[in-house]
Amino acid sequence: MKFDDEPVPGYSLPILPGHTSPGRLERVLRAGKFAITSEIDPPDSADPAEVLKRAAVFDGYVDAINATDGSGANCHMSSAGVCSLLTRVGYATILQISCRDRNRIAMQGEILGGAAMGACNLLCLTGDGVQAGDHPQAKPVFDLDSISLLQIARGMRDDNRFESGRRIETPPRIFLGAAENPFVPPLDWRPLRLAKKVAAGAQFIQTQYCFDIERLRSFMLKVNDLGLLEGADRVFILPGIGPLASARSARWIREKVPGVHIPDSVIARLEGAENQKEEGKRLCMDLLNEIREIPGVSGAHIMAYRQEQSVAEIIEATGVLEGRVPWHPGRDDPKALNPESPGALLL
Amino acid sequence: MYRVRRWVVRHSRAFEMIYRRFEPVLVKLDPVWRRLGHERIEAPMRTVEKAAKEVLFDCKMCGQCILSDTGMSCPMNCPKTMRNGPCGGVRPDGHCEVKPEMRCVWIDAWEGSRRMKESDRIHAVQLPVDHRLTGTSSWLRVIRQQDGTSSATGNRETKK
Repeated sequence: MKFDDEPVPGYSLPILPGHTSPGRLERVLRAGKFAITSEIDPPDSADPAEVLKRAAVFDGYVDAINATDGSGANCHMSSAGVCSLLTRVGYATILQISCRDRNRIAMQGEILGGAAMGACNLLCLTGDGVQAGDHPQAKPVFDLDSISLLQIARGMRDDNRFESGRRIETPPRIFLGAAENPFVPPLDWRPLRLAKKVAAGAQFIQTQYCFDIERLRSFMLKVNDLGLLEGADRVFILPGIGPLASARSARWIREKVPGVHIPDSVIARLEGAENQKEEGKRLCMDLLNEIREIPGVSGAHIMAYRQEQSVAEIIEATGVLEGRVPWHPGRDDPKALNPESPGALLL
Repeated sequence: MYRVRRWVVRHSRAFEMIYRRFEPVLVKLDPVWRRLGHERIEAPMRTVEKAAKEVLFDCKMCGQCILSDTGMSCPMNCPKTMRNGPCGGVRPDGHCEVKPEMRCVWIDAWEGSRRMKESDRIHAVQLPVDHRLTGTSSWLRVIRQQDGTSSATGNRETKK
C-alpha cells in the first residue's frame, strides 16, 4: 500500500478527515485492510544499530512496530528511545507507556516527546507488577491505570489540556490504543471492560496472546453486540498471536508469564510433534487463519519473542497481507539503503 | 481483615442499602457539622471513618471512596491500585498476579456489583486518584460537596 501524499517516509502524513493521527497504521485500519503489527524487544544496550537491526527483520511484513516498555517488568532500552530511532528512518511505531514506572507528570511529558519524534501511535498499559521482572526491589508507581491514562491522553489530543487543565500549545496527534485480555477471568466482564476502554478513548486494541480461539470468538461476538465496532468512535481489534518454541516453553510461559492462557490441547499438540518448533509456527499460522475469519477482527499483533525471524514466514505462509507490501526503508528505492547497517538509510 | 472484606462483598447489597440510609443522615446533620466547623471535625470524623472502614473493607483511606461503584470491594487493595477494573494478569483461579494468595480485588468487585441494585455503576470511568486527599475523610468530602462548600475532587475544575 503506497500513499501518494507521503513525500518522505517517516515524515508526518496529512491527517485525513475522520483520522486523528498522521500515521500509516491508522490509514491501513480505516481503509479496511488486514493490518499486521509486531513488536521489538528493545535491546539491553545503548547501540542504535542494534535497534535498526531488530526492526529490519520485519521489513515488508508489518504495518507498525511496537516498542515494548519494560515488558515483564524487565529493564531494557526505553520505548520512546526505540521509537525515536525508528521514526527517524521512516518506520511506523507504536509507543508503549506502562503505568508501572512513571507518574502522570512523566507520562504526559513522554506522550508529547513521543509525538514530537513522530511516534503517533500510543499503547496505554497498566503494566506487569514489578515482582515479575528483574528488579523486584523497585517501587511500583501505578499513579494511573491504563484507562485513566487513555482518558488523559485523549484530553491532551482533543482538548489541548494536561490533566491539570493547563493548556498545550500544539497537541499530540496520536492514534490511541490499549491492551485487553479476553482469555482470563472475569470472562463475562471483559467485553464490557473493553467498552470502558473505548469510552476512555481507545481506538485500537492489541490483545494478549490468543491460544483459545473459542474464547476469542465469544469475546468478539459480545464486542460486536455492544456496538463497539461501528461509528466514528469505533475500535479496531488486533488479537495477539505468536509461535511457541516447544511444549516445555509453553508450560513455562503458562506458569510464569502473567495473563497467558494456554489450553492443554495446545501443549498436547506441541508434545505430539516431531519438530516442536516447526509445529509451534504451524499452530501460529493456523490461529492467524482462523482469526482473520472472525467477524470484526481488523488485523493481528504478532509477538514472536526471540523468534522474530519467523514473523515473515508466518505472514508469507498465510498470505494475510494479500499482496500488500507495507513500507520499509528501501522499499521504493533499494539503492537508498545503507549496506553497512541494516535498516538504516543513506540520508 | 481479608475474611471480613470478602464477607462484605458477599453482602454488598445490604451494605449498599445501609450506605443509602447513612449518607442522607450525614448530610442532613450538616448544620451540626458546620456549627462545629468542618476543619475541627475532620480529625474525629477521619478517626471514626478509618476505624469502621478498615475493619469492614480493608480501607486504605484514599479520601475519595468509590465503594458503591466497585461492588463494595476496595480497589486500593489492588497491588496496582487500579480504579477501573482488573488488569490482564488475573490467574485462572481468579487470584492476583502480584499476590497469588489473594483473590483479585476486581473479581470480588464484579461479583459484588452483580448483587447490588445500582450494578451498572461499575461501568463508569473513574478519574485518577487525587493523592492530596489521601488520609482525609471521604464522608466529610461528601458532606461538603452536598452543601456546596467544596468542588468535586478539587483537582481539574479548580485549576483550569
